[in-house]
Amino acid sequence: MGSTSNNSAEGVGRRDLIKRSAALGLVAAPGMGLLSACASSGGGGQKKDKAGKKTAKNPLGVNDTAKMEFVLFDGGFGQEYAQDAVKIYQKDFPKATVKFSATQKIQSTLQPRFNQGNPPDLIDNSGAEQMDMGVLVGKNQLTDLTPLLDAPSYDDPGKKVRDTLRPGIVEMGQFDGNPVWIMYYAYTVYGVWYSQKALDSLDAEYPKTWDEMLAVCEKAKKKGMAGWTYAGKYPYYLPFSLYPMIGKVGGREVLDAIDNLEPNAWKHPAVKACFEAYYELYKKGYVLKGTPGLDHIQSQTAWAKGEALFIPNGSWVENESANVIPKDFNLAVSAPSGIDASDKLPFGTIWASGGEPFIVPAKAANPEGGMEQLRIMLSEASSKNFTAKVKSLTAYNGGTTGITLTPGLKSGVAALQLAGSNVVNPRLQDWYVQLQKEKIGVAGLGEMMAGRLTPAEAVKKIQGFADEAAKDTTIKHYKHQ
Amino acid sequence: MQHGKYRFIVGFLALPLGLYALFVVWPFIQSIYYSFTDWTGLSPEFKMVGFDNYTRMIHDDIFWKSLEHSLLFALVLPLVTISLALFFAFMINVGGRRRRGGPAISGVRGSSFYKIVYFFPQVLSIAIVALLFAFAYNPDSGAINSILRGIGLGSVQPLWLGDPSLALWCVMAVLVWSTVGFFVVLFSAGMASIPTELYESALLDGAGRAATFFRITLPLLWDTVQSGWVYMGILALGAESFAVVQIMTTGPGGPDYSTTVLVLYVYQKAFRDGQAAYATTIGVALLVVTLAFAAIVMRLGRRERLEF
Repeated sequence: MGSTSNNSAEGVGRRDLIKRSAALGLVAAPGMGLLSACASSGGGGQKKDKAGKKTAKNPLGVNDTAKMEFVLFDGGFGQEYAQDAVKIYQKDFPKATVKFSATQKIQSTLQPRFNQGNPPDLIDNSGAEQMDMGVLVGKNQLTDLTPLLDAPSYDDPGKKVRDTLRPGIVEMGQFDGNPVWIMYYAYTVYGVWYSQKALDSLDAEYPKTWDEMLAVCEKAKKKGMAGWTYAGKYPYYLPFSLYPMIGKVGGREVLDAIDNLEPNAWKHPAVKACFEAYYELYKKGYVLKGTPGLDHIQSQTAWAKGEALFIPNGSWVENESANVIPKDFNLAVSAPSGIDASDKLPFGTIWASGGEPFIVPAKAANPEGGMEQLRIMLSEASSKNFTAKVKSLTAYNGGTTGITLTPGLKSGVAALQLAGSNVVNPRLQDWYVQLQKEKIGVAGLGEMMAGRLTPAEAVKKIQGFADEAAKDTTIKHYKHQ
Repeated sequence: MQHGKYRFIVGFLALPLGLYALFVVWPFIQSIYYSFTDWTGLSPEFKMVGFDNYTRMIHDDIFWKSLEHSLLFALVLPLVTISLALFFAFMINVGGRRRRGGPAISGVRGSSFYKIVYFFPQVLSIAIVALLFAFAYNPDSGAINSILRGIGLGSVQPLWLGDPSLALWCVMAVLVWSTVGFFVVLFSAGMASIPTELYESALLDGAGRAATFFRITLPLLWDTVQSGWVYMGILALGAESFAVVQIMTTGPGGPDYSTTVLVLYVYQKAFRDGQAAYATTIGVALLVVTLAFAAIVMRLGRRERLEF
């Protein structure tokens, strides 16, 4: 190598020129330009379609010739259920063209379109690339869905859509005040998932108190089975059973205070008691070895293979792990065990809430069409179709009669029945995504369950995170009404 | 002869420079502009907020943590990768024992085979490499812990990516593995152009492998090493480190922020938290770091040119 032309008398030599331009190119390599590639230069927005005439069959006044565009998140529930609903829309409005697409990349596909002001008419804003709802609401990018809720339901003109929904669904779609920005379509039951068969083989019943829980884990350990595993790389799965346990032990107010980011909310004795209970699982060696290094699929697989008895999860696990769960597994879900008889709420207190958030953008050309599509999906027939196909409940209250329920779903329905009105709905995960996932989940609970923080340290650290979030003026703050 | 040379050069460069300005320089300027706004990335509305984003960045612990990790990447990765690559390239091209009847200067036995093997990871996309290693690091059923168990080290079962003190190093190891082959080939090409007479005379003077390497190979290869260093550093600050951290680590960026790097933080702020303006601010910081890195390497590496 070396250079043969390094003769400064010649001025800019050929090699020097090439070298300099190469250096310039190298320096510019990092992909920062990417960000502004989607620069907000649009802003003109598209024209709204004219609304149609409101009739008994068309209560929302859909323009029957307008195009309707529907973008679905292609996740654990697949896309068939939505395609089926689109077919009904097309049958109802034969002159309308419907553009349906499904993607896993909601944000990268749709963020530029929001920016340019021509978003689709209906979006399932879900998955890892979910767009921040708080920002969308704060920037007036969503349509208020109240007209949909007040419209007659698809099945019964005498009943409003609002009255056919499960409790809590409408409230979840509100941020502050009355407008309803989001329609959650799926209904998720969170809790402790296990194999009834494995539990039977230990000659045990699902433990109602923590002493019983430890006893069951000890029994399992003797048989060479771990008590618990969880998505160690995404420890924000732990709250699925931990938060309702806190609610059961200390009462609803504790969870509300946590959601409202009140000072010292995490220092409530109930929180500490539950943290200590979970920490004990680690200390006694009841957590599957290596769990902190497993992701959700790996931990679910280990659990399905019978390496661990319990896993905190949501009702999508039945569909997501369908290919690894053995036929005779007899999947079941239970509300979390409490500490003891002095708990504020009875056994059965469970976390259940809406999933799959559907939104109609404010700048959509045909918002009535988007809402009408949702109205169709909230009919009994469409809801049944969803439940039968993807083993999950919907926001439609009922719609399970006459279809064969899978074991997990059946157990979920039973758990909801047992819970009665004791359903809690912690909101951290949809109000403060970063706080819930990264800070409380990974840096707090994950570290504690890996044995690197004591419960007292974890409480202190998490309280610090919550205080920080409460003071952060760049995020919007919410309160339970 | 000098007359009109610059006009000639400019004539040829006008088009590429124009494209470069449009697609590289202009986005940079835009990013800097957006860093002074409160743009969310989710709607076209925004207003100017002055230095708010910068003040916020200075008080942001996670920013400092990710800066620290990015700098560590930029220092350690080139050092390890280039040292390894130099060593391998030397052994492949020059370090061989002299064989009867063969050329005076040659690589170790089977060197052409090694060259291909080293280059192999280069063929795989970084996303695939990251996924493969994520499986290998699985503490329960992954290859690495299984090997440890297999050779009787069942008591040593680290959590790898689940352990804050190991995770960053695990990620770095993957990047070294996947890029070292490129530099082996690059340096091999460089070494091939060093005249063999120099080596032969060194041999005659009785120089061993180490002396040959430090007195002849390295000085004559210096230009290549320097460019490689800058290139590797930029990879480590930019795209590659993002891919491995995003795909492999807990959270991602964890456990406990132990692997968060600047590019990942930019991505999270822009595409998860809906704070595109703040993300561009961090992007500007990344730009400054990258420029400073390149400048320092260029300056420190300046030395007298050897001619042959």
